[in-house]
Amino acid sequence: MEIGPILSSLRRNKVGATLIALQVALTIGVLCNALFIIEQQTALSRAPSGVADEANVFLVANRWIKSTTDLEGLMRSDLAALRALPQVADVTVSPVQPLGGRGMGMGISLHAERRGSGSLTAVFPVDDHALNTLGLKLIAGRNFRPDEVLVSHNLRDFYSSWGVLIVTRQLARALDAEGNVLGRKVTLAPMGITATIVGIVDRLATGQFSADSAIAQNSILAPLLWIDTDCFYIVRARPGQLASGERAARAALNDISRQRTIADMQSLADARHDFYRGARGEALLMGVICAILLGITALGIVGLTSYWVSQRRRQIGIRRALGATAANILRYFQTENLLIVGAGSALGVILGITGNLWLVRSMALERLPAHYLLVGTLVVLALGQVAVLWPAARAAAVPPAIAARGP
Amino acid sequence: MFGYYVGLALRGLRRNIALTALMVIAIGVGIGALMTMLTIFRAASGDPIPEKSARLFAPQIDNIGPRPNAPQSGDRLPLFLTYLDVTAWMHAHAAVRQAAMYPTTFSITPPDPDRNPIVAYGLATYGDFFPMFDVPFRYGGPWTGRDDDRHAAVVVLTQALNERLFSGTDSVGRTLSIGDQPYRIIGVLAKWHPSPRFYNPGGFSFSVDDQLFVPFTRAIDEQRVTYMNLTCDRASGIRNWEAMLLSNCIWMRFWVELPTARDVANYRAFLRNYAADQQRSGRFPWAPHVALRSVTQWLSYNHIVPPAVDTLTGVSFAVLAVCILNAIGVMLASVMTRAGAVGVRRAMGATRAAIFAQCMVEAAVIGLAGAVLGLGLTRLGLVGCRAVLDRDLTVLTRLHGTDVLIAIAASLAATLLAGLYPTWRAMQVQPALQLKTL
Repeated sequence: MEIGPILSSLRRNKVGATLIALQVALTIGVLCNALFIIEQQTALSRAPSGVADEANVFLVANRWIKSTTDLEGLMRSDLAALRALPQVADVTVSPVQPLGGRGMGMGISLHAERRGSGSLTAVFPVDDHALNTLGLKLIAGRNFRPDEVLVSHNLRDFYSSWGVLIVTRQLARALDAEGNVLGRKVTLAPMGITATIVGIVDRLATGQFSADSAIAQNSILAPLLWIDTDCFYIVRARPGQLASGERAARAALNDISRQRTIADMQSLADARHDFYRGARGEALLMGVICAILLGITALGIVGLTSYWVSQRRRQIGIRRALGATAANILRYFQTENLLIVGAGSALGVILGITGNLWLVRSMALERLPAHYLLVGTLVVLALGQVAVLWPAARAAAVPPAIAARGP
Repeated sequence: MFGYYVGLALRGLRRNIALTALMVIAIGVGIGALMTMLTIFRAASGDPIPEKSARLFAPQIDNIGPRPNAPQSGDRLPLFLTYLDVTAWMHAHAAVRQAAMYPTTFSITPPDPDRNPIVAYGLATYGDFFPMFDVPFRYGGPWTGRDDDRHAAVVVLTQALNERLFSGTDSVGRTLSIGDQPYRIIGVLAKWHPSPRFYNPGGFSFSVDDQLFVPFTRAIDEQRVTYMNLTCDRASGIRNWEAMLLSNCIWMRFWVELPTARDVANYRAFLRNYAADQQRSGRFPWAPHVALRSVTQWLSYNHIVPPAVDTLTGVSFAVLAVCILNAIGVMLASVMTRAGAVGVRRAMGATRAAIFAQCMVEAAVIGLAGAVLGLGLTRLGLVGCRAVLDRDLTVLTRLHGTDVLIAIAASLAATLLAGLYPTWRAMQVQPALQLKTL
């Protein structure tokens, strides 16, 4: 291939070639980091919650107006009424919303006496219906028995032991390297509450720790019927009966008492959609920006190559007259583009790594895996080849007769 | 002369519509991307109370003590305060104005018996809150220190909540049922949306405004809990409300107004003495560790600008850079294809300065066109951002009048900068050499 002549002609168009190479470098630098962010945010928004069939579970955010009345009695009649509905499979109650941002954070450890030995955990106070309502997969041990559920009036009741606990697999591993925790006693900080682990579920997302994958599933189910002015009734509808179940639930609750507010009901699938809105939005905006960058870079290549082609029409004509085929001319411009974009890519990889280091420092992002650099570079190289096709084809169409014309 | 250059520029640009369009698109897209993110970034990082931000301070105190592996913000001071500390500071009255505060939610029974109860977000605070933050009132006014002292059941509504409950009429003096307690409405705010909501960040910093304000002392009596973080670090053995008030749990904020540098120095000394007292009494048995931050210092300490906005703003600068590089290349091509015309002008006596002026006018014309396109794209971009960004941020996606000027200035700066090298090349055109080829 005629690299020599290409280089010598590039030397005459130093500025134009440098401009394209710089564009390519910046594009690759942004592209590989953006792809990485997109991949991470998308993975985050699809992280499993552990809840089976989220679209059939809905949340009723209930709040009592009068705090003085018999809240426990009211809550028990609410639960009974909801469970009696034909559209409803099962119901549990918790002060913490699954797939929500807030929760109760505590420290948990098998060895309370050893400082810093434990892990962070998100506590879901629930009754014995939680496993069935949420459809959590029990991989070892057992569910709570009804008689193990303690009645807890928010801060007013204090139990030094919760008796039993269910943990997730991730938390079991965090507590014990083998995940060997069934039947063992844990201590919860800061209050020093103790409990024995009786069950392990496959997954249950914490919500509040979702940004950190190492603790995103560190949840526990605590056997507490949590009595407070605010609570979430978590309702699993029978398949396909979500909407009618929501209507029936609202009517049933209002029949018991109107001294309450019930926020708009929401399925867990909708809650997930809301919860990860920011992550999805960032991924989408990054995608749009990448598309814009690629488009602009491609336009730049088309523009400058067209200009070069029009500048070199006579030379092209002479080459054609001397026996070069149209394919030779096409390949000339393609090779030229490959050289320029290739040079830009080398700089782009450096920019990509620099950009990633900045993100690692300022946003606590992870280090960029090498294959993102490779993909970014390949995409831009391919883009260059596509962009150069049209001007190169115009060059190849220059008739040899041009060479015979003046000056 | 200027009019002639503009005419020349327009004619020159029209000669190669494709290249001209390419330049305008490149600049327009670059400006659009930058302005979209800059609008959000500026709103997220702006000074919410510019006329007073240097006189308002948030104190902090270390209630945890030195910990070997604590990955907290720089000086590892907690962002919230204990009930004990804020009440002690309220009683000390060491600043011109001071207010402790925490966010809580309220059930309100609307005056209209047919309507269902509603939940409202609000703040439990002290009467000084309103004059300290220059909060404007539509009807009535703030409650007084006396109301604070006697734990009065009074409430200040925002304009929005007053609109919702009383259709915007003057509701001062009426009674509102909050929880099951009757509260007397003492004031209704005029429009007030500091953004970011500096006095109480965490939770929603931008989107959800507080809807009502009640005396802190009253809210504590009614055992109202915070709806944001309640962090308890050490074994507190909290069994009831009284135990929680006496505990080391942090869930409060505190702001003071300190008009002069002297006041600031005095308050710092007060805080240090307070911490030293705690050390002596054994409550915080470590060396005094306190801070006093102004509004702007507090906002940057709290990282109020979300990391996603930071990243996207950085990336949009890269987009603009690519667009400028692009425009330089295309402008170069556009100028050089017309080297012959430049040669003729030079041969007929145009000076290099005249060629310079002509090319710069041409660049400016492209810049203006790019700004118009860019503003259109910015509006489009903001609509897109509103649709996909985190709900807390969507209120920031508004274009202001000054943004138009910024866009035009940025666009002109970008094209003039991009035009410098092609212009210099045009100035180098040798009259004779070009005439020969014609």
